[in-house]
Formats: sequence, structure tokens, C-alpha cells
Amino acid sequence: GRLIGRGAPDAPRRVLDDEMLESLEELLIASDMGVDTALRVSANLAEGRMGRKISVPELKAALAGEVARIMEPVAKPLPIYPKKPQVVLVVGVNGSGKTTTIGKLASQFKAAGKSVVIAAGDTFRAAAVEQLKVWGDRAGVPVLTAPEGSDPASLAFDAMAKAEADGADLLMIDTAGRLQNRADLMEELAKIVRVIRKRDESAPHNTLLVLDATTGQNALSQVEIFSKIADVSGLVMTKLDGTAKGGVLVALADKFGLPIHAIGVGEQIDDLAPFDPEDFARALVGAEE
Amino acid sequence: MFESLSERLGGVFDRLTKQGALSADDVKTALREVRVALLEADVSLPVARDFIKAVEAKATGSAVTKSITPGQQVVKIVHDALIDMLRGEGEADALKIDNPPAPILMVGLQGSGKTTTTAKLAKRLKEKQGKRVLMASLDIYRPAAMEQLAILGTQIGIDTLPIVKGESAVQIAKRAKQQATLGGYDVYMLDTAGRLHIDEVLMSEVQQVRDAVSPRETLLVVDGLTGQVAVDVAQEFEDKVGISGVVLTRMDGDGRGGAALSMRAVTGKPIRFVGLGEKMDALETFEAERIAGRILGMGDIVALVEKA
Ligand SMILES: Nc1nc2c(ncn2[C@@H]2O[C@H](COP(=O)(O)OP(=O)(O)OP(=O)(O)O)[C@@H](O)[C@H]2O)c(=O)[nH]1
Ligand SMILES: Nc1nc2c(ncn2[C@@H]2O[C@H](COP(=O)(O)OP(=O)(O)OP(=O)(O)O)[C@@H](O)[C@H]2O)c(=O)[nH]1
Ligand SMILES: [Mg+2]
Ligand SMILES: [Mg+2]
Repeated sequence: GRLIGRGAPDAPRRVLDDEMLESLEELLIASDMGVDTALRVSANLAEGRMGRKISVPELKAALAGEVARIMEPVAKPLPIYPKKPQVVLVVGVNGSGKTTTIGKLASQFKAAGKSVVIAAGDTFRAAAVEQLKVWGDRAGVPVLTAPEGSDPASLAFDAMAKAEADGADLLMIDTAGRLQNRADLMEELAKIVRVIRKRDESAPHNTLLVLDATTGQNALSQVEIFSKIADVSGLVMTKLDGTAKGGVLVALADKFGLPIHAIGVGEQIDDLAPFDPEDFARALVGAEE
Repeated sequence: MFESLSERLGGVFDRLTKQGALSADDVKTALREVRVALLEADVSLPVARDFIKAVEAKATGSAVTKSITPGQQVVKIVHDALIDMLRGEGEADALKIDNPPAPILMVGLQGSGKTTTTAKLAKRLKEKQGKRVLMASLDIYRPAAMEQLAILGTQIGIDTLPIVKGESAVQIAKRAKQQATLGGYDVYMLDTAGRLHIDEVLMSEVQQVRDAVSPRETLLVVDGLTGQVAVDVAQEFEDKVGISGVVLTRMDGDGRGGAALSMRAVTGKPIRFVGLGEKMDALETFEAERIAGRILGMGDIVALVEKA
């Protein structure tokens, strides 16, 4: 199919041997895929190809195909439900891009004709509320705030009442960054979820975990623990506009199978793209279009 | 989530020759596991490769004493080599901030912790060294970035340069220099906007800032959870801006911190501080021993070997 690189017929072919396989493994490891997954993916690729002649572009195309095959089932846009307001809780470690992603998403929903409300649930970090207010202005969406240091759970509760009263389609709740090994902060998050459920049992309807593409293997622990505490329903990976490849998503797809809704590709309001498994796979292995 | 090196080497240990010198085969077998441990700890691949090569040469043929197993011997050699490589020359926290007002430039990727670290370090300089510090935000891009630094300044009792909208980063830097000079400050810290190492426009902006103030220290602030991209980041910031040291943030997480090794290997510059939380006191002097044990996921075994 079209995955086989163009110009491949001219590229020199050589026998796929252990050495070539090892350099494939290393290519995958260098993408942050993790050793185990990299070994498994390259072993799958080798099956039926070992000892046969193949060119580097062909090999990369095949590898991209293998990665795309794994990622296909998790590439899903953020599901929209008939429930009003649909509550979207956004969580993640510090600095991963939660607030920015909320701004971008709000803008996209608004453009799609939805009425959106944002709640500034990061009542901890200096100027977190001011930052979100700017995003609200940019997206043309109201931002509900509470004073610094106040309880984020009660803000979330109040925001639900307000969003209901206003008849909003979507309520997006920002939260403070927290490392998943901080039991106290994870309990604070658990409380936010409990309080939201008090008002609407089916909420939050989406809990998005925002992952930073520059993060390495710690992303596995982030997904595991945030899922346990806050029942994560989908992932967004930011900062894929840099040179980090986000290979850990492959390990995550393999292990948790959580949908990947979108990727962040810059700091501007339109820099949020759907997750495309083929583009992702090609970029990961460095294959030509 | 990850096996520690000791668990990993468990099976390998038993297969190693029991006494005498470590054979080349023993070392190779054991180092295969060490390589995996390093990669799982997010040490960048080329750095892990070079490190293993260096250790292999050192370990092969080395004598195994009676009190420890060959496997433990390998671990000790690896651990010592890690510490050697992680430790910079001189005292980690000895910043060059004589000649007041001394500029400190803070750089790094988006969200790495620059603004928080700027404030933490200012507080530390004030409290530990009695310095008068002025902080300025050169982040004209991120919403409320300047307000963030100003709020932190108020919280910790450190002056910040008044915010004037519409200035360029270089203009702000020059104004900070002027105010630091006139105001009799010992140190002025320049917090910059997050930027990708491949963003030519923004990398050139920070070069202009550098040329305008000639910083005494340029600290690269790096997320301790960084993966394989650490080598690219270190290389580009070192080549394009020139750094004098590294700060590793989010080391209060459960990441293994392999980026520390990548930073050292690529830049050769000392890691000066580690960030251990969001609070303004959560900044400590870098200690090579602690990170080495953490990268290997086995501080305990190392202590055991050291006693032997
Ligand atoms: N290059 C790039 N930068 C991004 C992207 N998404 C977010 N950022 C930047 O990353 C930094 C952190 O983003 P925030 O949205 O503040 O992250 P956060 O998770 O809300 O941070 P905390 O609330 O402090 O935990 C900012 O400088 C953003 O502009 C992206 O996709 N690409
Ligand atoms: N847990 C933990 N969080 C940290 C540490 N250092 C910074 N943070 C948090 O990380 C997030 C980002 O920190 P900032 O200081 O805003 O990062 P920055 O590099 O200035 O971000 P940009 O200006 O957007 O590029 C905030 O939520 C900080 O509270 C640390 O050592 N540990
Ligand atoms: Mg935020
Ligand atoms: Mg900042």
C-alpha cells in the first residue's frame, strides 16, 4: 500500500539480520517506547522477514505500519454525549499543558457551536487563574473562578450548578498539576471527583490525562495512578512539535488501551490536532511520507 | 513499576563465576542488564551506550574480593562510575555571583519549571547568602507568566521588575540590568519564556538577551522526568546559548532521573540544584550519590556493598 516508501525500488537492499534488527530496536527505544515494547514491536516486524532482502525505506515503512496498527484502536476523538452539561475534568502532572489544552479545546468546541464554561480549578499555583482567564477570553468562553487557596472541589461543585443553570453544553474543569506519587494531592483529586459525582452520578463524563511528550517512562506510572484515582477516560499528548517522538504512547496503548483524543503541537490556540496513528507512526520511525 | 537493577541482576549474579577476576563474558552478561536498567531510567540511548562501554573496560579483569559476589562487584563498579560522571567539579551550589549586580539567566523548554525555580533560587540566595535579588520575567508570550513571577516575588519577599507591557525580551533584560545597578542589587535573575530547542526564532531571542547582559550563570532548567529527548535539549541549549549549569526539577516524583546522566554527558556542566516540590523551599543542592542510586533503582544494595 502507500506505506511502502516512494523511491524504495532504487534504495539498496540488504539481508535483514540481527544487527539491522538491533538498530531498529534502538530507533524505537530512542522514541521513548521503552525497552520491552521496542523489543516486542521489532520482533513482530522481523517475523517472516528475517534473512530476506529489504531496503531501509521499506523497513521503516513496515515498522511504521506495525506501530500504526497498534495505535489504530486508540485513536478516537473526545466523545460528545447528549448530557448537559457534559463535564470534562482535566488532570495531569505539573506543567504538562493542562491549562493550555483546555483553552484550545474550548475554542474548538465553541467553533463547533457548543456553549462552553470553564472552571479554574487550579486554586494553588500562582497566576493559574489569570492564565486560564486569558485562554477563556481567547476562546470567547466564560471562566468561573474561586480565590487562591480555596477548595477546588467546592469550586467544581459550584461550577456544575452554574453550568446547569446556564444550560451550557460543556463544562471543562482545570486542576492543579500534581505528581502521581503525592498521596495528599491525589486524595484532593479524588475528592474533586467525589464531589462532582454528588451532583451528577454520571460525571465527570470525560477525565482527560494530559501527558507531556518530553516525558519518558514515567508516563506509565502517571497513567496507572491517575487512572486508579480519577478514572481517566482518555489521553492528550502535548509538545509533539518538539523533537520528542512520544513513543511511550505505544507502550501505553499496549498496556492500558486508553483512547488518545488529541495532540498538542504548539502554544497557539489552534495548535491542537486529532491523533492520527499513521502520521504519528511515520514521525516516530522517521519514515518519509 | 520497574525492576531495580538488583532484581534484574538476580539471575545473572548466579551465573557469574564465583571467585577470582571478572571475566569478559561475565561483565558482558551483567552489563546487558545494566543497559536495560539505564534505558528504563530514561538515560538517553547514546549516553547509555558510551557509559556501558566505559564501564566494560573498567570491570573486565577486576578482582572480586571474598566478601561480595561478582554481581555485587559489577554493581559497585557501575555505581561508582555513575557517581563519577554525575558529579561536577567544585561545589554544586557555588554560583558565580560576585561583581554585583550579577545576572543569572534561566532557560529551558516549556513548563520545565523555570519560573518556580527562579523564585526558589532567589529565596535561597537571599536567605543563605544574604543577597539582595531582583527578579524579572522576560516571558512576553505565555498568558500571565509575568504575573506568576510577580506573585511569587510577593510571597517570598523578593523584588520583581515592574511589568511594562509591549517591551521585547531584550528591552526587559536591559531594564532589569539598569534597575539592578541603580538599586544596588547583588543579583538579578532573568526568567525567560519556555522555548523548544529547535525554535530558531526564540533561540535567537535568548541569544540576544545573553549578549545584552552577559550572564554570570546560565542555568538550564530541565524536568527530571524527561525521556530520550534530553540529549537533544542539552546539546541545543549548550550550542546555541551556552549554559553554566543545570537544575533538575520534579525530582519529588517517582521518576528515575536518567536525564541527569544525559545532561552531564552532553554538556559537561554541573547539575547544581534539584527541585523537590512546588513550594518555595523545595530546592536542594544536587548530590550525585542520591541520583546514582535512584537511576539504578537500588540505593539499598549499594549501601550494602559499601559496607562489605
Ligand atoms: N511547544 C508546546 N508547548 C506547549 C504545548 N502545550 C502547552 N505548552 C506550553 O507548556 C507550558 C505549560 O503549559 P500549561 O498549560 O501552563 O501546563 P499546566 O499543565 O496547566 O501546568 P500547571 O498548571 O503548572 O501544572 C506553557 O508554556 C505552554 O505554553 C504544546 O503542545 N507545544
Ligand atoms: N512537583 C514539582 N513541581 C514543580 C517543581 N518545579 C516546578 N514545578 C511545577 O511545575 C509547573 C510548571 O512550573 P513553572 O515554573 O511555571 O514552569 P516554567 O518553565 O516557567 O513554564 P513556562 O514558563 O510555561 O515555560 C508548576 O505547576 C510548578 O508548580 C518541582 O520541583 N516539583
Ligand atoms: Mg495549569
Ligand atoms: Mg515560566
